[in-house]
Order: sequence, then structure tokens, then C-alpha cells
Amino acid sequence: MSTTGQGKGWDVLDSQDRARFEQVVLPHLDAAFNLSRWLLRSRADSEDVAQEALLRAFRFFRGFNGGDARAWLLQIVRNTCYTWLEKNRQVELMTEFDEDLHQQSSTTPEALAIAGDNRERLARALETLPVRFREVIILRELEGCSYKEIAAITSVPIGTVMSALARARQRLQRALTQPAQQEAPHEL
Amino acid sequence: MSCDFSGTLLHAYLDSELDAVRAAEFERHLENCRECTATLGAVESLRASLQRAQLYETAPPELRKKIRSKLKISAAGVSRSPAAAWRWLAVAAAILLVTGVAWFAVPHLRPDGPESVTSAEVIDAHIRSLQAGHLTDVTSTDQHTVKPWFDGKLDFIPPVHDFMDEGFPLIGGRLDVLGERNVAALVYGRRKHFINVFVWPTKDPDTPIHPPGSRQGYQWVHWRHQGMEFCAVSDVSAQDLHELAQLFIQ
Repeated sequence: MSTTGQGKGWDVLDSQDRARFEQVVLPHLDAAFNLSRWLLRSRADSEDVAQEALLRAFRFFRGFNGGDARAWLLQIVRNTCYTWLEKNRQVELMTEFDEDLHQQSSTTPEALAIAGDNRERLARALETLPVRFREVIILRELEGCSYKEIAAITSVPIGTVMSALARARQRLQRALTQPAQQEAPHEL
Repeated sequence: MSCDFSGTLLHAYLDSELDAVRAAEFERHLENCRECTATLGAVESLRASLQRAQLYETAPPELRKKIRSKLKISAAGVSRSPAAAWRWLAVAAAILLVTGVAWFAVPHLRPDGPESVTSAEVIDAHIRSLQAGHLTDVTSTDQHTVKPWFDGKLDFIPPVHDFMDEGFPLIGGRLDVLGERNVAALVYGRRKHFINVFVWPTKDPDTPIHPPGSRQGYQWVHWRHQGMEFCAVSDVSAQDLHELAQLFIQ
């Protein structure tokens, strides 16, 4: 992280803004961390990226007009994550987001309940999803965001959020009920 | 997939994103469409699994510390003049000012009553409860354990229900103080977040779920039902809080 560019940014915020930042933005650090952890699939990397995003948010804070602070922060977190992925794992961003899955999954709720009751298995299935599907699941199911909030965070129209979420869930169901391929036997 | 509805519309229904008219329309459709019923069941079950699995990962405390100190060190770093100390005083004064203004500016939940409870008190009580070891006095997912626990500790019996199946598992209860009176605090979980529902008796008539308020990233809703006054507060979405409030009224 460059120290030269920062000095200016800090100076721009006066003490009142800083207090407001602490009150309004910092409480959403967990949300920031959780989103970056799932986008990057790594706790260690997301510590760095979440920190960078928070510092960036601090610099941009003057531009925040007092709306939904969580959505505002998560948008910055998401952008920071994507920049990081572009630099470090470009392949992931190119995975087939547009691949269509009109195939009906023949899973019963019961089968799904059994498969889904294993945290590890669920986490792994989630991580196999392309990042653009993964993010809508995280924002909707873990963060409890509305479609409107997700649309703001991911900068897409609400209709796109809706269809991405539908397809993401389908894919997750499939990933969960596919016979586990390389699953090491669990210790009992 | 043959049914048109089982695509996106079904998901919007599940996420409570349809308006009342379209939701009712979809429910009528659901009565006759086996495909949609099955799909809805599967997606609901997926959602329940996601919530049970507790996938939410919170920031490690060191990260929080690091960010705080970075913000401060850098702030001090730009002002090497003797005025630096005054700057810090200014910061402290600003925090006091902001807190003070917020305290007085927030709308009162009960501006009329003698026992009026302010939203600031409710949020403070919520934040206090999240500190280590303060969340519950009695920890149990069993309503039949939590309810009798309050017996003898309060001059009323709060209604206690577990809403695990609806996605709000009961975590426990504790005694708290709001507006100088003892209240029951029921603690519910929601996707790794906690919701405090404060309950105390009232003589006022029932009121509908009060439109949500929000401050500092926390939301609250308020309602009165059958001689009890309720205030639910959390950092979950207002929609989630509303859902929980409705479960209490049903």
C-alpha cells in the first residue's frame, strides 16, 4: 500500500467526519470481511483486502451522501475484491457466468437437507460457483440484502439480480447433490 | 423446466420481493402447480441449510484493531505541528457532540408516556448485550426453559416462542433495564446476527408494527400486542425484523 497517496486523503477528512466514519461505517466491518472472504475464498487474503477497502472507504467518505452505509461499503469491498482477483486470479473472473442451465435438477428437499447439513460440504459447494453467482448468494442468504441493495452493491439492474440469484441457487443445489467426487473420508 | 413461474418469479416470491398482488397471484398458481411446489420446497430447504450451516465469517479482532490504529496513526501522521494535541481534543469533542446530538435528535418511541423509551436506549442496550458474556442469562433454544426462567424475576411473564422453523432460532433470554424499568430481553439468531426483542407490559391498546427506524447501522421495529410492548433491534435488515415481529403477533 503506497503511503504517498494516503496523506492527502486523510487530511481531507476533518475530525467530525472521522467520528462519523467510526459510527456509521466501521460497524459494518463484519459484513465487509464476510463478503471478501467468500469472494476471495480465503481468510488471509480477505484480511488484506477488507482492510484496503475500509481505508479506501475512509478516503471516499466525503462522497458518501448518508444513505445505506452497509450497501455503500459493500460496493467498495466488492470493487476492491474484483481488482484483487483481476490482478491475482484472473482465470476466476472468466468462468462461465453466462452458461445456461435449463436442466431441471431432480433433487428432493430431503436429499438436499441431508447434503446441506454439512458445513464443510456446503462451503465447498458454494466455493465452486463462479464468483458472480457466489456473490448474490452471500449477499442474499448470509447478509440478508434486498434485491435493491444487491443491485446497488453489484451495479446491475434488479432484474439481473433476480435471474442471477435463481441460477445461482440452481447451481448450488446441483453442486450439493452431485456425488462427491474427491471427498476424503471423514474421521469419526 | 416447463413452468414459466418456476424461474425467477418463484425466487422473488421466496425472497418477499413481490408486491402483494403478484404474491397472491403466485400463491394461487402454486395451488395447482406441482412443479413449482416442488421447486419452492427445494429452494426453501437450501436456504434453511445455508442458515443452519453458519457460514457467516466475522472479522478477526486483530483486523478491527489494525484498521482502527491505521486510521488514527495516519491521522496523527499528517499533522506534525504542535497543534496535533488540539486536533485530538477536537476529535474527542466531535465524538461527544455527535453522540449528544444523536441522543436528543432520535425520535422517541413513546414520546407521550411517562416510561418513554428512546431508540438510543434500545440500541445501547442491544450493543451492550453483544459484549462478551452479556447476551443471555439463560441460554436455551427451548421456550419451555426460557419462559419459566423469567418467573419470579419480573412482575410479568413475557411470551416466549422459538421460531427456528421460520429462520429465527431462539438463543436465550436475559433481564435488562430500559427507561428505568426491568424488561425481558429475548435473543434470537438470524444468519449469524443477533436480534434482541425487548418486552415489557403496557396498558395501552395494540399498535401495528411501527415503521422501522435505523441509526448507526442498527434497525428497530416497535409494536404493542395483548398488553405487551415490544421492541426488536438488530443489525439485520428491516425486512427480517418485520418478519420476526409478525411471528409474535400471529
